[in-house]
Amino acid sequence: MNSNSEKRIIVAGFGGQGVLFLGTTLSEAAIIEGKNTTWIPSYGAEMRGGSANCFVTISNNEIASPVFDEADFGVFLSRAAIDKFENVVTKGGLALVNSSMTGERLLRDDIEYIMEPLSDLAARSKEKMLLNIMALGLLIRKTGILTKESVIKALEKVSSAKKPEFLKFNIESFEAGYNLVKAVQSKTLEKIGC
Amino acid sequence: MTKVLMKGNKAIAQAAINAGLECYFGYPITPQNEIGEFMSDEMPKLGKTYISAESELAAVNMLIGAASTGTLSMTSSSSCAIALMQEAISAMATAEIPGVIISVMRAGPGLGNITPSQGDYFQATKGGGNGDYRTIVLAPSSINEAVELTYKTFYLAFKYRNPAMLLADGIIGQMMEPVEIKPFNYKIPDTSSWAADGVGEGADKRPFRKLVSLHMQGDDLPRLNKKLQAKYAQIQADEVMYEEFMTEDAEILITAFGTVARVAKSVVVQARESGIKVGLFRPITVWPFPSDELKKAAKGKKVILDIELNEGQMLLDVKAAIEGVCPVESLSKLGGQFIRGHEIMEKISELSKKYSAAKAGAAC
Repeated sequence: MNSNSEKRIIVAGFGGQGVLFLGTTLSEAAIIEGKNTTWIPSYGAEMRGGSANCFVTISNNEIASPVFDEADFGVFLSRAAIDKFENVVTKGGLALVNSSMTGERLLRDDIEYIMEPLSDLAARSKEKMLLNIMALGLLIRKTGILTKESVIKALEKVSSAKKPEFLKFNIESFEAGYNLVKAVQSKTLEKIGC
Repeated sequence: MTKVLMKGNKAIAQAAINAGLECYFGYPITPQNEIGEFMSDEMPKLGKTYISAESELAAVNMLIGAASTGTLSMTSSSSCAIALMQEAISAMATAEIPGVIISVMRAGPGLGNITPSQGDYFQATKGGGNGDYRTIVLAPSSINEAVELTYKTFYLAFKYRNPAMLLADGIIGQMMEPVEIKPFNYKIPDTSSWAADGVGEGADKRPFRKLVSLHMQGDDLPRLNKKLQAKYAQIQADEVMYEEFMTEDAEILITAFGTVARVAKSVVVQARESGIKVGLFRPITVWPFPSDELKKAAKGKKVILDIELNEGQMLLDVKAAIEGVCPVESLSKLGGQFIRGHEIMEKISELSKKYSAAKAGAAC
């Protein structure tokens, strides 16, 4: 049932960027908070073309359709992703963009943008940083759709038990993304000319 | 019991294992590949049989062989490859072999593509095989229900010694949602009176057992047909499953199955908020189709709106069931497109205006 409590997130990028992992973490965190959630990727031929995306819904109620045309939030990690899915973000929604991949581009004036060179930040950082999890940290801090605590619990759950160092990278990356938000706010306003 | 986030395909595979699956035979096809993948990991660990067959024909014929011995066995596949299995399904129905088939539909016709669809309602419920046979077909609308119905599919296959199918679509197969996998709580009926397994006390002395689909002698075939039809009538009488949602005072009654029904359900609530009384009738067993129950629910309604991801296949069963007690309209999406709530809402508004003059049940 589509009520105000229902939040829809499109996560898009290309294969290897951790797009599906980001979406899965959101859904796992939603379950930890006792919410309903659905997650559906594009599968098969499209996936083989190199692009990756998933549609995540989080709600306090029963979720009717896992597939949607309008998202409250978009996380776009590649140029192709924003070209294809920018219009899915609903008016007044938020687009979180990995500007390392998208470069300069025309912006819609009816949604909010956070543009952050996540690939560059990840590459330049002294510690190993994961750009998808930085994006997740940013998204959670900015939107408050889920608590930081439940997302960290979700990361503990979804990170491979065989490779404990990945959990450390995931949590550090999440914190880094989470702490980016303050710096980002003013820049965003500047970019969209407010 | 805790809820876990799981893909539909994986949940179905886990449910089959919980039901006591001994043998899995399959050949890859999207959108059901996670079933075979999961089985290839889990079945050998449990000391059970996983065979990656050389083709769908091989897989379904392996199923015939294994299920003939009373062994819990299944195959899984999708549309154009389920098409290849039809001859074997007819053979299983004739020889009364309890083979289980998981069908995760993709868009057709032909090889079509891999996007979700309900285009195989006819294929599943009417069958592409020859002769007067029936397949038991259950259609889930959520992953939780897919687990429950996988259990039931195994149970019914063995209870009636009949092929049984779980009919899901690409959305159920590919999506994840929280699922509570409860334990398997059916008792699979004893197979010792018919299984062609050659084992057990006195098996060497008992009469030769054969499960065949060729009946050349005298009146064997008419007698077999009579027996099968009596069994199908029993299934129709005893095993119908359906869900009614706000049907009682509804003026417009939606009929839908599988994932479409969950979208329709949200529209029922939405339409009522805007003052249009809508209800939903969802067949869960699409064969046996809940004909009597639908006819009862349809009485006094202004119109039925049948919604499917095909050109209106269940529509024919809906029309046959209600025997003209009210008009029937159709909303369909073809070629792998998924239906949206607003599209259903627009159709409801249109029908509400079109039938506003008609008194409820005026067409009776």
